[in-house]
Amino acid sequence: MTFRAQHLLGIEHLRPEEITTLLDLADRYANENRQRRSHKDVLAGLTQINMFFENSTRTQASFELAGKRLGADVMNMAMQASSIKKGETLIDTALTLNAMHPDLLVVRHPNSGAVDLLSQKVNCAVLNAGDGRHEHPTQALLDALTIRRAKGRLHRLSVAICGDILHSRVARSNIMLLGKMENRVRLIAPPTLMPAGVSEFGVEVFHDMQEGLRDVDVVMMLRLQKERMDGGFVPSEREYYHRYGLDAEKLAFAKDDAIVMHPGPMNRGVEIDGTIADDINRSVIQTQVEMGVAVRMAAMDLLARNLRARRGAELQKDKGTMV
Amino acid sequence: MTEILFTNARLIDPVAISDVSGWLHVKDGSIAASGDGTPPETKGTVIDCGGKCLAPGIIDIGVKVSEPGERHKESFHSAGLAAAAGGVTTIVTRADTLPVIDTPETLEFVARRAAEDSAVNVLPMAALTKGREGNEMTEIGFLQDAGAVAFSDGLRVVSKTKVLSRALTYARSLDALVIGHVQEPQLSEGAVATKGKFASLRGLPDVSPMAERMGLDRDISLLEMTGAKYHVDQLTTARALPALERAKRNGLDITAGVSIHHLTLNEFDVADYRTFFKLTPPLRSEDDRLAVIDALRSGLIDILCSMHTPQDEESKRLPFEEAASGAVGLETLLPAALRLYHEGQLTLPELFRALSLNPARRLGLPSGRLLEGAPADLILFDPDAPFILDRAALRSKSKNTPFDGARMQGKVVGTWVKGARVFGET
Repeated sequence: MTFRAQHLLGIEHLRPEEITTLLDLADRYANENRQRRSHKDVLAGLTQINMFFENSTRTQASFELAGKRLGADVMNMAMQASSIKKGETLIDTALTLNAMHPDLLVVRHPNSGAVDLLSQKVNCAVLNAGDGRHEHPTQALLDALTIRRAKGRLHRLSVAICGDILHSRVARSNIMLLGKMENRVRLIAPPTLMPAGVSEFGVEVFHDMQEGLRDVDVVMMLRLQKERMDGGFVPSEREYYHRYGLDAEKLAFAKDDAIVMHPGPMNRGVEIDGTIADDINRSVIQTQVEMGVAVRMAAMDLLARNLRARRGAELQKDKGTMV
Repeated sequence: MTEILFTNARLIDPVAISDVSGWLHVKDGSIAASGDGTPPETKGTVIDCGGKCLAPGIIDIGVKVSEPGERHKESFHSAGLAAAAGGVTTIVTRADTLPVIDTPETLEFVARRAAEDSAVNVLPMAALTKGREGNEMTEIGFLQDAGAVAFSDGLRVVSKTKVLSRALTYARSLDALVIGHVQEPQLSEGAVATKGKFASLRGLPDVSPMAERMGLDRDISLLEMTGAKYHVDQLTTARALPALERAKRNGLDITAGVSIHHLTLNEFDVADYRTFFKLTPPLRSEDDRLAVIDALRSGLIDILCSMHTPQDEESKRLPFEEAASGAVGLETLLPAALRLYHEGQLTLPELFRALSLNPARRLGLPSGRLLEGAPADLILFDPDAPFILDRAALRSKSKNTPFDGARMQGKVVGTWVKGARVFGET
C-alpha cells in the first residue's frame, strides 16, 4: 500500500506513487459504479461530515454521494448559517465537531490554509474540498483520472490551463499534480489574472490563447469567478470572451484529438462556447463529474483504511501498557 | 555616592566603532570613565565581566505595550521585565492602544503607569492624528509638553495627503519627530503576503514590494515641502533604498528603521500558514532581506528595532488571512541581531550603532553611548552562549514569537538602568 497520508489536504504533499494508487482505485470504482455494484461495506459504521463554509452544490453533492455509495453515515453542515454567525472561531468549531467523533471530515473554507489549520485539531481524516485560492485536491485528481481515461496515460502530455488562474485553487492543484506526473503545463490568462512568480513553478506562461493552445493534448478551462471580480481584473465579459473564451477557432490550434475540460459551473459565452462544451467528441465535462464521485470514493476509502490502521495500532499500544 | 566598576570587559563602543577590552566606571547612575589600562580604585561594587561584552543598552522604538485597553496581552510590568531580560533599557511605546493615545490625558495615564511598573525607561509616542483616523492632527504641542517623544499613527498610513502635509508642517514648527509607516494604502489593501512565488503557491492575497517605495516617495515629497523631521518605522525592500539614499543626500531630515524580523526571516518562513510569521509589512524575499542588511551595515538604514507587538493566542489561532499581525520581540531582538554578527554581516559596534546610538541620537537622548556623562544604561552579554528559545519561558504576557524552538546564540547576563541593576544576579 503506497498511500500513507492521514489527510488529503492538497496535492503538494502527495508523492507520484500515492497519486497513482489513488487513481487506480478510483478507476476501479468508476467502472463498478457503471455496473451498479454496491460497496456499502467499505465505510460502514463510519461517520462523514461535510462542512462547507462556502457555497457549493456540486462538490458537496459529489462527496455526499461518494460517502453514501460506500455506506458511510453522511451529515451535511451548512456553516455560513450556523455558529460562524455567532462568532465561534474555526478552531472551536473543529473541537466541537471532534467531540462528536466523526471519522471523515470534508471541509471547504474561503480562506487559504484554513483546512490545514482545522486538520491539526481533530482526530479524524480531513479532506480538503477547497480552501481559498490554495488547493482543491479532489478536483485535480478527478481531472487527472479523466485525462488518463481519455488519453490512455497521464505523462508526457501537453496541458493548457486557461482563464482566471489568480483566484483558482483548481489551477494550483492541477499545476502541481500534472507537474508531479511529468506533463508539460501551459498557463494562459490575461496578465491581471496570472499569479506572480508562476513561471518558477515549472510551467510556461502565455497571454495569448492561440499561441498557448498550439498542439496541446488537453485544454482545461477555468471559471471566470464573477463574484471575485471586485477589482476589475478584465474590462468586460465580452472582451474577455473575445480574447480568452474557448471557441472553435481557438480550439483549432490544439491537437485534433485534444479534449476540453471545465471544472464547472460553466459560464457559457464567457469562458467557453456552448457548442464546444456540448461536443461529445471534444468535451469531457460530463465525464469529469462522473469521475469526481469515483475519485472521492477512492480518497475516502484510502483515508479510512489508514484511519483504521492507526486506531488499531493505538488500541494495541493501549493494551500493551495495560499488561 | 554609589559606584560600580566593570572590569575585564569587552567594551562595545558604537561612537568610536570599537570593540576593545577594558574597564568602565559608573558613578551615581552615570558613566564616569572608561579605559583599557589599570582600572581605578573604587569603594563600590566591582563586577568582573570575564571578557563578556559591555554595551550601551538598547533603545527600542515602536514597542507596543497593550496598556491601556488590552493589559492581558502586555502590561508595563511584563514589558519592562521582558525588556530588561532582552537588554533593552529604553522602550519607546506606540500609540495604537485602546483607546488611542491621542490626548495629553491618556498620555499622562501611560506615563504614570510606566513610572509605577516598568523596570526600564519608557518614552511614550503619541498619535499623529486623532483616533489614528487620518482626518485631524492631534494636539502635538500639548502632547509634546506631556512627554511625547514622537508622533505616529503606528502601522496605519495617513492616507489623506493633505492631512499629513498639514501635520508635518505643524510638527516642523515644534521640532517634533514624526514616525511614518510607508505603504501605498490602496495597493496593499487586504494583502497579507509579498507578491511572488510563495504567495502564489499558498494562494494568499499579496502586494507588490513596490507599494513600500510608493509610500516612501510620497512622504519624501512631503518632507521636501515641509522640512519636517521624519523617521520611517520599517524599510524592508530593496527598491525603496535608493529613494531613501537620495532623500538623505538632498539633506532632508529623514532616518529609517527596520525590524529584526525582516532582517532574519523571509517570506518562505511562513511555510504552512504559520501565523506567528504574519507581520506588517509582510515578510519579504531573500533578495530584499540581504539588501536591507547591507543598508543597515552601510548606515543608510539607521535603526534596528523589534516592532514588539503582543498578540494573544486566540487572535493568532485563525486562518492566516484573518489572524492578527505582529510578533513579540523585546527578548529576542538581541539574540536574533547577533545572528547577523555570527554570520559575519555586521560587527558588534555596527549592531549597537543601530540598536542604541542611532535611536538615542534621533530622539535627542544622552544615552546609547559609553561616553563620560552618559546615563549608565548598560548591558552585559555573552554573544556566544547558545540556547534554544522556548516561547513559554518568555516574560512577555503574549508568546507570539516566530523564534520558538530556534537555535540562538547570545544571552544577556546583566542589565542596568541609570546604574541600577534591573536584570541578572547581583
